[in-house]
Amino acid sequence: MAGTQLTERYSRLAETVASRFGERLSRMTDSPGELTYVVEPGSLLECCRELRDDESLGFEMLMDLCGVDYSQYGHDEWRTEGATATGFSRGVFEAAGDDGQPLDMAGAAWEPPARFAVVYHLLSITRNHRLRLKVFCQDAAAPMLDSVTGIWASADWYEREAFDLFGILFRGHPDLRRLLTDYGFIGHPFRKDFPLIGNVEMRYDPDKGRVVYEPVSIEPRTLVPKVIRDDARYESGLKDGGDA
Amino acid sequence: MPEIQNFTMNFGPQHPAAHGVLRLVLEMDGEVIQKADPHVGLLHRATEKLAESKPYNQSIGYMDRLDYVSMMCNEHGYVLAIEKLLGIEPPERAQYIRVLFDEITRILNHLIWLGAHGLDIGAMTMFLYCFREREDLMDCYEAVSGTRMHATYYRPGGVYRDLPEQMPKYQKSAKRSAKEMARLNEAREGSLLDFVEAFADGFPARIDEYETLLTDNRIWKQRTVNIAVVPPERAMQLGFSGPMLRGSGIPWDLRKTQPYEVYDRMDFDIPVGVNGDCYDRYLVRIEEMRQSTKIIRQCVDWLRDNPGSVVLEDRKITPPRRIEMKDDMESLIHHFKLFTEGYCVPEGEAYAAVEHPKGEFGVYLVSDGSNKPYRLKVRAPGFPHLASMNEMVQGHMLADVVAVIGTQDIVFGEIDR
Repeated sequence: MAGTQLTERYSRLAETVASRFGERLSRMTDSPGELTYVVEPGSLLECCRELRDDESLGFEMLMDLCGVDYSQYGHDEWRTEGATATGFSRGVFEAAGDDGQPLDMAGAAWEPPARFAVVYHLLSITRNHRLRLKVFCQDAAAPMLDSVTGIWASADWYEREAFDLFGILFRGHPDLRRLLTDYGFIGHPFRKDFPLIGNVEMRYDPDKGRVVYEPVSIEPRTLVPKVIRDDARYESGLKDGGDA
Repeated sequence: MPEIQNFTMNFGPQHPAAHGVLRLVLEMDGEVIQKADPHVGLLHRATEKLAESKPYNQSIGYMDRLDYVSMMCNEHGYVLAIEKLLGIEPPERAQYIRVLFDEITRILNHLIWLGAHGLDIGAMTMFLYCFREREDLMDCYEAVSGTRMHATYYRPGGVYRDLPEQMPKYQKSAKRSAKEMARLNEAREGSLLDFVEAFADGFPARIDEYETLLTDNRIWKQRTVNIAVVPPERAMQLGFSGPMLRGSGIPWDLRKTQPYEVYDRMDFDIPVGVNGDCYDRYLVRIEEMRQSTKIIRQCVDWLRDNPGSVVLEDRKITPPRRIEMKDDMESLIHHFKLFTEGYCVPEGEAYAAVEHPKGEFGVYLVSDGSNKPYRLKVRAPGFPHLASMNEMVQGHMLADVVAVIGTQDIVFGEIDR
């Protein structure tokens, strides 16, 4: 299959990173044709600075920064056994395990070490390569990381966005305010436990003569349940020319 | 002397030059801007969260609505990311069609940019001229997908259908004379490719028209030269991409440096600016339209000579043909599974980037092996551009804010997502 192996350029980069950083950056292997490294929160700033300033790496640009909430990673919403005959919703269950049933974790092979992670996409224009850094926040209740705004100025709004949507705090950010949500918004909407339809709705109240907020009146509904199916075609043995 | 205090001014969100719903809180010293604080999010629809609740294919339509003036390029980024995770590659013809429509989209985007930018800083005619040409390109969208804007044309594994053999024609109406109708339908007698070729033949002359109006225009230059200069090092620090980066003199274009689809077979040049001001970015975008026309012509030639399949025949990912479903049980099952459940994408993550008309449009996908994306992050090119607004307008006059919004090619669909 095309693009699953590292190209020569990226194999070289992987070697350079391994020799420069050693233990500090550990490689994840689940991204086809790309390089992903996990870095400890403590050495984030030091590694980022080195990635930017080292001549052979030269990552002068931070293209993207985003939060990820791994709390429902590998959970599916479709019960294939023991479903009753009560219609479409018979097999659908909420991922939070509302009926007391244990959540099905059989799906995913990889288990995330923490709930929140921040992902940095770096680009080097001089060397023409990319790299992805991933940092897991140790404390799920109050996730906090060092801000990289001092290294890449573009991190400013990206960190504000991650704070707004996931509630991840960035130590040393000059102006950590909400960015995308409404003034006075409560909660962090991209967390997996935040309902898709939100908590409040807004309407104009003619009696009061102003806009009022009320609890949402519509019920959440699963349109297509999430399923995780084993697919033999993607097994690594078959994938790399097994059927050739 | 009495003490003079700074003045805080609210610009937008209901302002015609704010390009949508931008609210800028400006701190002014007289007419000079001290600080600009953009308040965004008024168009936030949580596209990424919505995508997490739907099978992969059902979110392609949402991508059109991100940057709603370059629809197909957004789809392209999303579809590429899925293909990367699935490990599939579309047929060659589909790749050429994608390149063709990416470039049509680039011209579409740059036309509305030019029109709106012109209108904002005093060149009324540009808007009307640009919309005249846009009309033809919208017709291409319509011919191929059925809609004029939100096409949902790119699919994982190829494109929705092959290019049509016939262009839709203008119909007789009480408001249109026979002569007028004949003129409008002249280029529409042949196939879509003939129509696109006719457009590509006539378009460079139209760009010349725009340039006659603007390039040496004294007022245009007064409004753009030396406005919002961004040095190349700063542009990289701020995460600029696309014409904003090239305007500062950095020759970086993903179509050349990290080619996807069949861009490596195309012959075209990358224009770069020298001074990094609004005028240079204008020149870069104008030249990009010329280069896009060149690519379109190469695609048309290839597509004429090479008929073939435009989507993978892998029935686990692309739906079977209607005709097959009539008497084949297997096809019926495939169709049912694809439209009720979708396909499962192997566990892993991928970042796919395309050279969108506004810059690097990236899609970061995390899959936990299910039929829905676990996390989708759209890297919108306009986002870091708008984030640098404060830096770009400091020390300029109030009227220059409008020029800067124009030069950044701001569209809120992608920034707010």
